[in-house]
Amino acid sequence: MIVIKGVAASPGISIGKAYVLEDEEIVINRIEIDRDKLRAEVKRFKAALKATHRDLDVAEAKVLRVLGKKHAKLIDAHRLILRDSLITHDVPQRIVKEGVNAEFALSESLEAVNKQFEKMEDEFFRERRHDLFDVGKRLISHLLKQTRRSLADISENCILIARNLLPSDTIGLQETKILGFATDLGGKTSHTAILAQTMEIPAVVGLSDVSHRVKTGETVILDGEQGLVIINPGPETLDKYHHAQHKALEEEKALTSLKGLPTMTLDSKVFEFHANLDTPDEFKALLNLQADGIGLFRTEFLFFNRATPPSEEEQAKAYSAVVKAFAPRPVVIRTADLGGDRLVQLGIDAPKNEVNPFMGLRGIRLFMRHLDLFKTQLRAILRASAKGNVRILIPMVSSVGEVHSVRRLINLALAELHAEGVETAEKIELGAMIEIPSAAIMLDAFLPMLDFISIGTNDLIQYVLAVDRLNEHVSHLYDPFHPALVRLMDHIVQTARKKGRWVSVCGEMASDWQAIPLLVGMGVDSLSVTPRMFFRVKQAIRSLRYDAMAKLVGQALSCAESEEIKRLLRDQAGGPPDRAT
Amino acid sequence: MVTKTITVSTRLGLHARPAAMFVQEASRFKSKIVVCKEGVEVNGKSVMGIMLLAAEHGARVTLTATGPDEAEALKALERLFQRKFDEE
Repeated sequence: MIVIKGVAASPGISIGKAYVLEDEEIVINRIEIDRDKLRAEVKRFKAALKATHRDLDVAEAKVLRVLGKKHAKLIDAHRLILRDSLITHDVPQRIVKEGVNAEFALSESLEAVNKQFEKMEDEFFRERRHDLFDVGKRLISHLLKQTRRSLADISENCILIARNLLPSDTIGLQETKILGFATDLGGKTSHTAILAQTMEIPAVVGLSDVSHRVKTGETVILDGEQGLVIINPGPETLDKYHHAQHKALEEEKALTSLKGLPTMTLDSKVFEFHANLDTPDEFKALLNLQADGIGLFRTEFLFFNRATPPSEEEQAKAYSAVVKAFAPRPVVIRTADLGGDRLVQLGIDAPKNEVNPFMGLRGIRLFMRHLDLFKTQLRAILRASAKGNVRILIPMVSSVGEVHSVRRLINLALAELHAEGVETAEKIELGAMIEIPSAAIMLDAFLPMLDFISIGTNDLIQYVLAVDRLNEHVSHLYDPFHPALVRLMDHIVQTARKKGRWVSVCGEMASDWQAIPLLVGMGVDSLSVTPRMFFRVKQAIRSLRYDAMAKLVGQALSCAESEEIKRLLRDQAGGPPDRAT
Repeated sequence: MVTKTITVSTRLGLHARPAAMFVQEASRFKSKIVVCKEGVEVNGKSVMGIMLLAAEHGARVTLTATGPDEAEALKALERLFQRKFDEE
């Protein structure tokens, strides 16, 4: 039994078999292929063979030029290995007979030969197997290139273990039966954490080397409460966790009894309580939560996994479905926060591989350079506005000029649509994400042009503290309770309140029940949380007094260290609302 | 069927490069080629087979050719050994 301590990123407990996603290395998984697709699989294998032959031609030319004819003969050997019946005959046979993917069939065939090699006494000959592996590796890399490693193929219930999960890894993951994530990298607000919370599965991140210590198939306990990963647990530990799992389920059930109750403090301050929406197919689950609205509808998904940007029609349809379902409740649609890499994938000329994409061309900055894309999205949102209560939210705003431009563009799009006879809502509220310090500090200058603001805590924390939360060396400095942040947040909320603007918090901080007393005490109007945390946060709000929390914020504003603020929060009456450890 | 037993005289035995040459030569002929070392028989047209024989310097291997062009095949393969697989 090995216990590794990391950062609890998404609550809950999972017990299951590990599935290790090795980073950059080749992982061969056994995937069963449907009978009617076996021929296609053999064909795929043959295509990879052809591609590998082409590789060898290229390699041969190079070797001839650099090392001479004798060395080029080695390429001949590799070519013969490719033509060997072990490869050309055994592998297709294995694919068909065992009904498995080509990669797996190949690796099994290679392994069988390897075993024979290993038996050789002569070390020189034993080492010749590397020629075989060299060829095998080329072949497999061609096979993998064609399939692209897709986690969506994982069929068994498993706990996904990886060095780091990238957004591209996790597309389509929602439909799979993954029980939880454990990663070497990442912090409480990394992509993995947010995804896990959305999927309502536990996650532990920042485990430094878990991906090397666990092997696929080993039993793992994922403790998303205490941030632990337990590899090969003993029977007693297993028992304990089974019990805890059961208890958590009971508690979860109890929490849903909060459904439909107002989100109100003990002294009757009511909050608009919203949920975040990442893809439109999740909106039915949100309807079921009986949220007061959608406080953050992320639209990036529309731009993923495709070669051309989505049309106005397609976007309007996606937005309308959600807006209609939630009407008359508000749906805050955030215009896409894309980076240059994404546009390149969509076939648009844009900067690629920026050194620091967090501070690069993204969000509104990118759309200001690609006004056609922006206008298409605005038009689609405006069209959806006829179906209910739509608000537009602009990400990455850092200057007043940007808001002016957006306003002008919206007015232009509205005039166009009306001229075309397209119906829109009469008035559409415009808001800005407050996530860049300049906008936070200068908020009073922005407010005359805005109807509301939404605080994006994840980025705000990053930018205020100069901490890349994906960088394991500094992720520990990422701290929502840093006094600088608490002061800035309070400044934002009070400035907006003074001007009568609606303030929402939609970042991870709103989903962190430990931070709720601060947000309640600052007097925000609305919180938008990740669906998984919906009832927990609701319960937290319902167990607090607004007047007491306002006082607590007053004390927090004079703290010099985050530890003091955390202590204040711990000491506040009643303590944390649910099972704290 | 024609048979010939030969001593491997290449410095490192029938490793990848000579094995490749052997298979290329063997594959030119229609006949079935079997190589045998200490009772282990492998297909002479399979490079993996030849490599798996682990025929080191000084090993004795028996070549057997069976088919319409067996005589020429055997002679051609024998010549490869005599040429020491063009080593050095």
